[in-house]
Amino acid sequence: MNTRRFDALIVGGGGAGLRAALQLARSDYKVAVVSKVFPTRSHTVSAQGGITAALANVDDDRWEWHMYDTVKGGDWLGDQDAIEFMCREAASAVYELEHMGLPFSRLDNGKIYQRPFGGQSKHFGGDQATRTCAAADRTGHALLHTLYQQNIQHRTQFFDEYFALDLLRDADGYCLGVTAMSIETGEPLLIEARTTLLATGGAGRVFWNSSNAMINTGDGLGMVLRAGLPLQDMEFWQFHPTGIAGVGCLITEGVRGEGGYLLNKHGERFMERYAPHAKDLAGRDVVARAIAIEIAEGRGCGPRGDYVDIKLDHLGEKTIAEKLPGIRDLAIRFAGVDPAEKPIPVAPTAHYMMGGIPTNLYGQVVAPARFGPEEPVPGLYAVGECACVSVHGANRLGGNSLLDLIVFGRAAGKHMLEYLRDNPYPRSLPGNAAEASLARLQRWDQAGSERVAAISDDLRRLMQTHAGVFRTDAVLREGLEKLNELEGRLAHAGLQDTSRVFNTARIEALELENLMGVARATLVSAISRTESRGAHTREDFPARDDEHWLKHTLYSRAGDQVDAKPVRLKPLTVESIRPKERVY
Amino acid sequence: MKFRLYRYSPESGEKPHMQDVELDIDPVGKMLLDALLAIKAQDETLSLRRSCREGVCGSDAVNVNGKNRLACITPLGELKEPIEVRPLPGLPVIRDLIVDMEPFYRQYRSIKPWLINDGPEPEVERLQSPEDRALLDGAYECILCACCTTACPSFWWNPDKFVGPAGLLQAYRFIADSRDEATSARLDNVEDPYRLYRCHGIMNCVDACPKGLNPTEAIGRIKSLLVKRRV
Amino acid sequence: MKPATGAHAGTGIWLVQRATAVVLAVALPGLMAHFLLALPVDFSGWQGLFAPLWVRVLLLLTALALALHAWVGVRDIFMDYIHFTGLRLALYLAVIVTLAGSVVWLAAVLWGSA
Ligand SMILES: Cc1cc2nc3c(=O)[nH]c(=O)nc-3n(C[C@H](O)[C@H](O)[C@H](O)COP(=O)(O)OP(=O)(O)OC[C@H]3O[C@@H](n4cnc5c(N)ncnc54)[C@H](O)[C@@H]3O)c2cc1C
Ligand code: SF4
Ligand code: SF4
Ligand code: FES
Repeated sequence: MNTRRFDALIVGGGGAGLRAALQLARSDYKVAVVSKVFPTRSHTVSAQGGITAALANVDDDRWEWHMYDTVKGGDWLGDQDAIEFMCREAASAVYELEHMGLPFSRLDNGKIYQRPFGGQSKHFGGDQATRTCAAADRTGHALLHTLYQQNIQHRTQFFDEYFALDLLRDADGYCLGVTAMSIETGEPLLIEARTTLLATGGAGRVFWNSSNAMINTGDGLGMVLRAGLPLQDMEFWQFHPTGIAGVGCLITEGVRGEGGYLLNKHGERFMERYAPHAKDLAGRDVVARAIAIEIAEGRGCGPRGDYVDIKLDHLGEKTIAEKLPGIRDLAIRFAGVDPAEKPIPVAPTAHYMMGGIPTNLYGQVVAPARFGPEEPVPGLYAVGECACVSVHGANRLGGNSLLDLIVFGRAAGKHMLEYLRDNPYPRSLPGNAAEASLARLQRWDQAGSERVAAISDDLRRLMQTHAGVFRTDAVLREGLEKLNELEGRLAHAGLQDTSRVFNTARIEALELENLMGVARATLVSAISRTESRGAHTREDFPARDDEHWLKHTLYSRAGDQVDAKPVRLKPLTVESIRPKERVY
Repeated sequence: MKFRLYRYSPESGEKPHMQDVELDIDPVGKMLLDALLAIKAQDETLSLRRSCREGVCGSDAVNVNGKNRLACITPLGELKEPIEVRPLPGLPVIRDLIVDMEPFYRQYRSIKPWLINDGPEPEVERLQSPEDRALLDGAYECILCACCTTACPSFWWNPDKFVGPAGLLQAYRFIADSRDEATSARLDNVEDPYRLYRCHGIMNCVDACPKGLNPTEAIGRIKSLLVKRRV
Repeated sequence: MKPATGAHAGTGIWLVQRATAVVLAVALPGLMAHFLLALPVDFSGWQGLFAPLWVRVLLLLTALALALHAWVGVRDIFMDYIHFTGLRLALYLAVIVTLAGSVVWLAAVLWGSA
């Protein structure tokens, strides 16, 4: 089998992967990026609203306030050391992007433009803050292209349209690279590296109604599960309040940040009832639940009453054209309304995975092992939406994900350099390291009676019904039953198309295997957490239960086991932010 | 609805051909990508690229009834039947609707698409007035879908030498950036009978761009900067 | 990949194309008007039209502009379609000789007949 060797390997060409790759590419080490799509087609390109940092360009701001909001937004489940680290580094990380050429929108004084977003406050819970740095409503696009451009300048080696299959590890647990497949030729490839970073993004495609790109299938999570490593906090999925009804495409929170608001069928500004202070800019979980309740109680708009309206025509043509041009485009295309004239129909849509591969501040993947509950897996890193540091806790604040990508992408890149210095010699790869992975690939050459597309559709519907905004033990368990059935069907699935060249059917089958793992982790973790916190709403356990549940869940595939791990309430330098009731 | 799809699989030994497909689908509110994926669900051998399904990633550019478009933002109802879908013209076909984009990417890389500013980095952002920032509008939004470049006859004839509309638009994006200091090197980079001057202002590119960008105008601006520099 | 850079050329000839286009746009209608307004009936009348020096100078200038303009256009077409350098250069030469010859011939006719 073909083998390539590098010092460092990055799996994923989104914002997280490219930021880490850049750090390494600037050194003398050889770094490669593997991505299943050409890097600028990664999901980061879709991010609209912006990236948070307390630059105070518009209004007073301090990173401590940002930290407070993030802890509160995450319903105290976030690790406060990681949150402090992220909020402290935010400004320098954003300035760095500006120096790289990111075309931020500008204020009259020439500084980076900032807009208010949900969950942002001054003075630890006071008035609305203005913290989200934006390039119109195309911040993710601008960010991803800028990082890609920097990587070409620094001659990062790209493996575009290569699909990573599995991690390679030796008997001591060291990660030594991955097995991959060229999508264009169907040829398998071994990529050996002394250190590997997973930045494979989210898995929002496990739900029927999703704002996520079709490539968001949780491949990195599948790889980690198959390697016998755990996933953390997988019950926490953010449902974004405003996806275009029936389509799922996102209407950024920036719309509400610029002054847009939600209306039910009576034309009532209902968020005033649910969050008297922050109104439409309350935490995303709060707004999503409010919409779900309005719809459930018959106050939804439209013939079937299955959506609410978001109104922004009062902002005026000029603001919309300058600050929200992409949103206007999307609304006209997918909802058939011009938001400068009429409100856009919206409903909650699956958006972001707060959980993921557990890591520490340096992006090192950690797992319970001989010497403690959080031991780094040598050579293995994870950053971005696939990782769980955890800064987002039980609910992510808007604009914090892009920040997470670049702050921890940079930190992981730096730490990988240290790791390379400390481990100068490649370890030898066990002869059978790739065996299981290749067998998995070959399995799809066999015929079968079940169809992959049908199973995928059923899986997404199942998760939509059984792991949605509101959950109960019975509903979740029923979901798990159905998932068992689906797994049975998957075992009998086969492809009609067994060709080699650009066989996207095979890719979709491999993605489905990963999504199955994600679904199982989600359902099992959600059953175990008998409280409501952040985005995880249990109707049978409506209250937050700090006594029993101020802790992370760790799901492992062996025996569907869920372990607990303490939340780190102690920040690095400042005072701990003590849990209290979360009201907006 | 009736479709005519370009099919080619290098392993089958068959020549490229057009396949007639009937699909039962209600076009209201649906995009061409929805239809292609529905066809793929019936016959999984049909291959195409797709990712964001909202017109921002640039994966699914195809030639529809003779025009280059993104399948995911092309309303089905707008299209005349039979809807003929082919891969982008002017690039080697790998399989079905998938082309080899490398010649396109190579031209993009050739214009050095990164900000060049060797000055000392300030501790905060480099300032840029909203007016200077506005010069980047209409250029930075490019999603590298190649609709424009593969609609340009000049690129068909000289794909290895002509930078093409997308590449030139990005060249302009950096020339226009008040923070970039390499304007004259960038002008040198494109001042060439082939790299720039193969453009004859045919404007196919403008017509093709699904993001409403105007490469011809940017090319015109580059030309006038070159003329200004000369006289 | 070879580092791509421009040959530092092309702007001049592009300007020539634009400038000759302007010359043609102004001169052609002028000449047309001159001839059409006094449509001659016989050969001497026809000859008379060419008598004034300005007519001959303008005519030659227009022809020169036309030749240059055509040259740029034909060169463009060759650059687009003919990728075999030897053949292209040979064709260039042929076109240059033809165009230059025509202009010289025109000059000879105009001044020779007077
Ligand atoms: C519509 C939308 C709008 C958003 N807006 C905002 C916003 O305004 N602000 C904000 O902070 N956040 C926003 N987010 C969230 C944010 O965009 C994402 O969380 C973030 O971009 C994820 O980045 P990433 O680098 O982790 O992964 P991605 O950008 O998803 O990249 C994943 C990469 O991994 C590669 N990959 C995956 N699997 C494999 C495999 N098996 N083999 C090889 N490569 C693989 C992919 O090719 C891709 O390159 C938004 C999200 C959505 C859905
Ligand atoms: S205007 Fe220039 S770049 Fe655009 S299609 Fe025409 S020749 Fe090509
Ligand atoms: S300019 Fe338009 S058509 Fe051309 S690559 Fe960019 S987005 Fe696509
Ligand atoms: S799928 Fe991304 S542009 Fe169409």
